[in-house]
Amino acid sequence: MENKKVIEALKKTFPEKVTEIPDRLGDTIVRIEKDALLNIMEFLKNRPCEFTMLLDLTCVDYLSSKGCFEMVYHLFSISSNNRIRIKTEVRKNELDIDSLSDLWKNTNWLEREVFDMFGINFKGHPDMRRLFMYEGFEGYPLRKDYPLRKRQPKIPLRRLT
Amino acid sequence: MTRIQKEASKESLLINMGPSHPAMHGTIRIMLELDGEVVRNSEVEVGYLHRGFEKTCEHKTYFNLLPYTDRLNYVSPLINNLGYVMTMEKMLEIEAPERAQYIRVIMSEFSRVSDHLTALAAMTMECGAFTVFLYYIQAREEIWNFIEQTTGARMTTSYIRIGGVRADLHPDFKGLMDKAMKVTRRVLKDVKGLLDKNKIWIDRTRDIAVVNPEMAVNYGFTGPCLRASGVSYDVRKAHPYLVYDQLEFEVPLGDKGDNFDRYMVRMKEMEQSLRIIEQAVEKMPDSASRAGLMVKGIEPDEAIKASRSKKAEERVNLSPNLQGSEKDVRPDILVKGKKYTVPPKEDTYTNIEGLINHFKFFMSGHGIRPPKGDVYFSVEGGNGELGFYIVSDGTDNPYRLHLRAPCLHIVSALEEMIKGHYIADIIPTFGSTNMIGGELDR
Amino acid sequence: MGKIKPRAYYRETLNGGFIATKINYMLGWGRKYSLFHYPFITACCGMEYMSAACAHWDFDRFGAGMTTFSPRQADMLFVVGTISQKEAPVLKTVYDQMCEPNWVIACGACAVSGGIYDNYAVVQGIDKIIPVDVYIPGCPPRPETILNAIEKLQEKIQHQKQDWQWKIKK
Ligand code: SF4
Repeated sequence: MENKKVIEALKKTFPEKVTEIPDRLGDTIVRIEKDALLNIMEFLKNRPCEFTMLLDLTCVDYLSSKGCFEMVYHLFSISSNNRIRIKTEVRKNELDIDSLSDLWKNTNWLEREVFDMFGINFKGHPDMRRLFMYEGFEGYPLRKDYPLRKRQPKIPLRRLT
Repeated sequence: MTRIQKEASKESLLINMGPSHPAMHGTIRIMLELDGEVVRNSEVEVGYLHRGFEKTCEHKTYFNLLPYTDRLNYVSPLINNLGYVMTMEKMLEIEAPERAQYIRVIMSEFSRVSDHLTALAAMTMECGAFTVFLYYIQAREEIWNFIEQTTGARMTTSYIRIGGVRADLHPDFKGLMDKAMKVTRRVLKDVKGLLDKNKIWIDRTRDIAVVNPEMAVNYGFTGPCLRASGVSYDVRKAHPYLVYDQLEFEVPLGDKGDNFDRYMVRMKEMEQSLRIIEQAVEKMPDSASRAGLMVKGIEPDEAIKASRSKKAEERVNLSPNLQGSEKDVRPDILVKGKKYTVPPKEDTYTNIEGLINHFKFFMSGHGIRPPKGDVYFSVEGGNGELGFYIVSDGTDNPYRLHLRAPCLHIVSALEEMIKGHYIADIIPTFGSTNMIGGELDR
Repeated sequence: MGKIKPRAYYRETLNGGFIATKINYMLGWGRKYSLFHYPFITACCGMEYMSAACAHWDFDRFGAGMTTFSPRQADMLFVVGTISQKEAPVLKTVYDQMCEPNWVIACGACAVSGGIYDNYAVVQGIDKIIPVDVYIPGCPPRPETILNAIEKLQEKIQHQKQDWQWKIKK
């Protein structure tokens, strides 16, 4: 299905939950409400939209400017060769969002990565742990307020003479 | 306590593999629950090479973070450069000159070959085929020689720059290139003879870790691993970038999606890559200014002296490590406009205008400042779709830079792939995923 | 002139006298050409290590061709690539398992000093964790540099005071 039609269908099925963001570079970007995430993703994954592949899932920190995190999902449809970008906001006071692990299996690690780096909790995720950093690491390194050089060594370091 | 320790049944044996294991390249830890020799359950732990790539990039300018992209998938650094640079070009809405595009194609295809060579070399070596390993590395060495001749570095090249490439191809590039192609072709033929019908190799790879198309798509596989499962998706064909739509090549597919298919697809892809390179060299427009370069210029120190009294007019010879980026060849390889590219060195040293341009380009708060917004762009990397997602806030360093690492998605399926197989099958399976730490852990 | 006490005589000669230096030399000679190494490869430099180990550059020529993957049999630890904070305990364990005498080569800017990764995740040089004998600069070092480092280490081993079992400890 063409991206235009996909957006029309989205708007029809989920009125008030979906807004399209115009993009100067020609990408299709849709902003959705957080509570409708699971339903919208399921709608997009199945026929007739057929966005069967979750290309990427990441998060952007806007805490200082907008007071929220922004989750960014990239979907790809092999049959129609289209990409779509879905964005949704996670407010500061409730840092959790539905997990997509029932729909796509690679979200297992991708969501763990976001949890690791930003501290967002995914409801319904089977195994919510850090992915890259180790246990005992405090803070969330990719947040803007985490200093670049704040190290937390896992073992005591030698004193060089 | 890890997940597997909680889940394991009382009778089974828990065993730890890695993170520094002889039969595995890269640092990854696999915890196994064994029943005899059969893997019942497993847990993969990554992150041993987490180097804070994304955070570091947020603190660098758009120009300065290029070397970090080299070290993502360090076997094919040029494709990583290309991915980042093309994302930036999409954001800035510029396009490299045609010759630069062809150079990029040649370079990234050579990179792809070296990536596949290394992936298969590691895979075969870990299965015990040491001869094949030596052969593959020999071919890779020739390819790196060619890359070094033009870019000046064997691995971490930082050659492809925003707006074009750093330098034109070396005047005698054909010699080393032909040699690299010849050696690679010979190696591919030899390896085919050694492995394709080899009983041991087939026994160890056929029907092991079968990934069916649904599973591959669900896990977000891309690149050779997806194509081995029979799904025809190649970014070069689906969303053509550079001049790939003008070149002829096929996308090899596997039919079963087992380890052998992943090996076979990589082998065939290398042949296609060599084919692309041949076409690209043929179609590449000649450098218009080559003739001008033959004229001898004056030495840099003379030029600086002369520039004290009046504006220098003559051509200046650049030092050898800047060769190929002379002012005369720049129109062929870099976009016009001082906003996106480093100003020519001849000007920087001989006139005040050039010096100011140089200064402004590198001064913090100036330099490349894309407009606000976010952009996603992907190229076909060695492992699959290599995508960059960049958010710009209008300043000279990225607000957020995220890499879609192809092998993260593939390695995340490893637990499911090795389930129910023998412990020895982990090795070729892991090899066929071509896990590259720098890209996976970032 | 009193009588020379045999015990004192032996102690002297064995620890600095003619026989001792010769044995020292011989042991050094033996040790430097049979470096079993344990490649602790984590990152990009490993690709250059691979090149150096393969047919093209071949550091087997210098007696360092034998790769063992058990730290207990290794004489030399080749730390190649970035060591992150998460990896650090692993490296320390591997080092602690090695028998004496052992040597360590830090290969590449990351292993030497953290390289271009000056951030929260990376150990700023492995000498913060384990002692290092030879540092190889470069990001990545060229294979020639790696060969040179092996030669340097051999020189060091040759001139080192060797340790042997029946040496009388002072
Ligand atoms: S020194 Fe450079 S090439 Fe070596 S591991 Fe570090 S970043 Fe990679």
